[in-house]
Amino acid sequence: MLYRETGQFKTAYAADQQLFPIRQDRIAILALLAMAFIGIPLAAVTPGLAGAIDFNYWFNGVLIPLLIFSLAALGLNILTGYAGLLSLGTAAFMAVGAFAAYNFELRVPGIPMLLSFILAGGVAALVGIVFGLPSLRIRGFYLAVATLAAQFFVVWALTKFAWFSNYSTSGVITAQKIVVFGWAVDTPVERYLLVLAIVCVMALAAKNLVRSALGRSWMAVRDMDVAAEVVGIPIMKTKLLAFAISSFYCGVAGALYAFAYLGTVEPAGFELDLSFRILFMVIIGGAGSILGSFLGAAFIVLLPIFLDLSANGIEHTFGLALPSGLVSNLTLIIFGALIVFFLVVEPLGLARLWQIAKEKLRLWPFPH
Amino acid sequence: MQFFFEVLIGGLLAGVMYSLVALGFVLIFKASGVFNFAQGAMVFFAALTTVGFTSMGAPFWLAVALALGVMAALAFLTERVVLRPLVNQPQITLFMATIGLAFVIEGVAQLTWGANVRALDLGVADEPIEWLMDRTGMNVSKFDLVASGIAAGLVAVLAVFFNKTRTGRALRAVADDHQAALAVGISLQRIWVIVWITAGFVALVTGLLWGARNGVQFALTFLALKALPVLILGGLDSIAGAIVGGLIVGASEKLAEVYLGPYVGGGIESWFPYLLALGFLLVRPEGLFGERRIDRV
Repeated sequence: MLYRETGQFKTAYAADQQLFPIRQDRIAILALLAMAFIGIPLAAVTPGLAGAIDFNYWFNGVLIPLLIFSLAALGLNILTGYAGLLSLGTAAFMAVGAFAAYNFELRVPGIPMLLSFILAGGVAALVGIVFGLPSLRIRGFYLAVATLAAQFFVVWALTKFAWFSNYSTSGVITAQKIVVFGWAVDTPVERYLLVLAIVCVMALAAKNLVRSALGRSWMAVRDMDVAAEVVGIPIMKTKLLAFAISSFYCGVAGALYAFAYLGTVEPAGFELDLSFRILFMVIIGGAGSILGSFLGAAFIVLLPIFLDLSANGIEHTFGLALPSGLVSNLTLIIFGALIVFFLVVEPLGLARLWQIAKEKLRLWPFPH
Repeated sequence: MQFFFEVLIGGLLAGVMYSLVALGFVLIFKASGVFNFAQGAMVFFAALTTVGFTSMGAPFWLAVALALGVMAALAFLTERVVLRPLVNQPQITLFMATIGLAFVIEGVAQLTWGANVRALDLGVADEPIEWLMDRTGMNVSKFDLVASGIAAGLVAVLAVFFNKTRTGRALRAVADDHQAALAVGISLQRIWVIVWITAGFVALVTGLLWGARNGVQFALTFLALKALPVLILGGLDSIAGAIVGGLIVGASEKLAEVYLGPYVGGGIESWFPYLLALGFLLVRPEGLFGERRIDRV
């Protein structure tokens, strides 16, 4: 009843091209943005609420990582979901971004923070191009394993060459204080707002990118690269650009991961596990969908928290203390089982479920 | 020169162990096109189950038989719960499903048997062969040699199974062409169960050998990562490739660590095999023995 586009006519090409052609979608997204940008920060500074809810935990433990992982998943989604190039080296590109931003801040006096984030993305993009070169010749799982070379090599290089971590003994770097245009970003709310703004701008860019000529070439290459080459799409440029742009996103995500989320990072924090987690986000959220990156990140970030909370809840209600090994193993089993379950129920991911729900909603309450 | 040979032989013997892990991957990939990331977890699970049964007082042969039974049950479950509902899905989906499966197996293994490192004694000591030591001064481990012998025996058994038995030939038919195999009346589902049981058996042998050497512990699951460069070097669908790839990776990584490592600060074993495999792939994109793909538009 509510969600129906009857009577919404398009009278100009601009209306035909807009990102959200249905009015209800536009209202919903604006409401969501208003909630994220104004509602949540306002609630956090309201004295009455701030006592009732632990906002610092919510910002530091849930919202900030959620947004940063969404950005990384978005980057991987461009590469894997749109261009069809399977990569297992996402964490390596994040590591490059994190360490590059740190070194720019350290070695270039007076460099603006945002500029060093962008440059860090640029460095990650260059590294991405280098490790993307084999994709011109190899495909599928062979390429996936080849990207593992990037994963192991980058982590090894960052550990071995102490210059990257400014000769700190354990390879751990402590990110500098974030200052954006003279605005010192230290409280969780401020960091959340900064991350949110960056993620929104980059998500908008990605959404527009994938419906541009370049995005269409990516999808053509994904669906069949020989056919794409035959119709005149430059394969080399398309694939390398996919690697570069994807790595740029991952690099910025890595810089934010170090600066806005953890504060101190070490190369070992960017191991293969992280790459896999981000790949899970893409697959569970939906490969080839911008929305899917966010849904997938939300699922993977929230699920362990939810499982932890339920374990705690069980302990409290039944008054028994579960051994810690039991809980962590059960979490592992449930996590794995849920992944299999989701793949079986909806191989195209949460984004597809959302799409189906929207189709159903348009007809509701009539069956046809 | 003598030192070179010592490193080379040590590397080749280690390579045989990598081949064993890669073999499990190849078996499943050949028959079902599934890139089974859970192979490492299966190795861990199989070894842990054997050790678990022996610590409950079962004799070694019984423990191995029981572990094999558990692996067979796992194969049945996997086929029912994971593979059958996901038939005809893209390979990446199946790959992700096996990562999920790996989590489940790891969780169940540690839940059932505990997370402690356990020792496993196969009755072969990991010490240099004195006879060779006296003659040439080379340090070659007795255990490595026995392990290679077992690996060679396993490959021979598999070769006979694939070439001489009816089931083995059916497996090869499925690997060549699913639809043609279905058309001549081969049951895909039965084949998948058999191939997962075979992979479980290989995982068991691998797990026992690696477990005897390094202790049965969670680190066994990372064996999968050691096997990946072997796989792409040799070709994802070639048993011969897994063996040759394993030998190349084993030998070159040891030689590189000894001769190249000092110049760049060591620890290059983690990524050298991948770069090596990458170099091979640039020349032959399907690996050394992989089936060449023909593109049709």
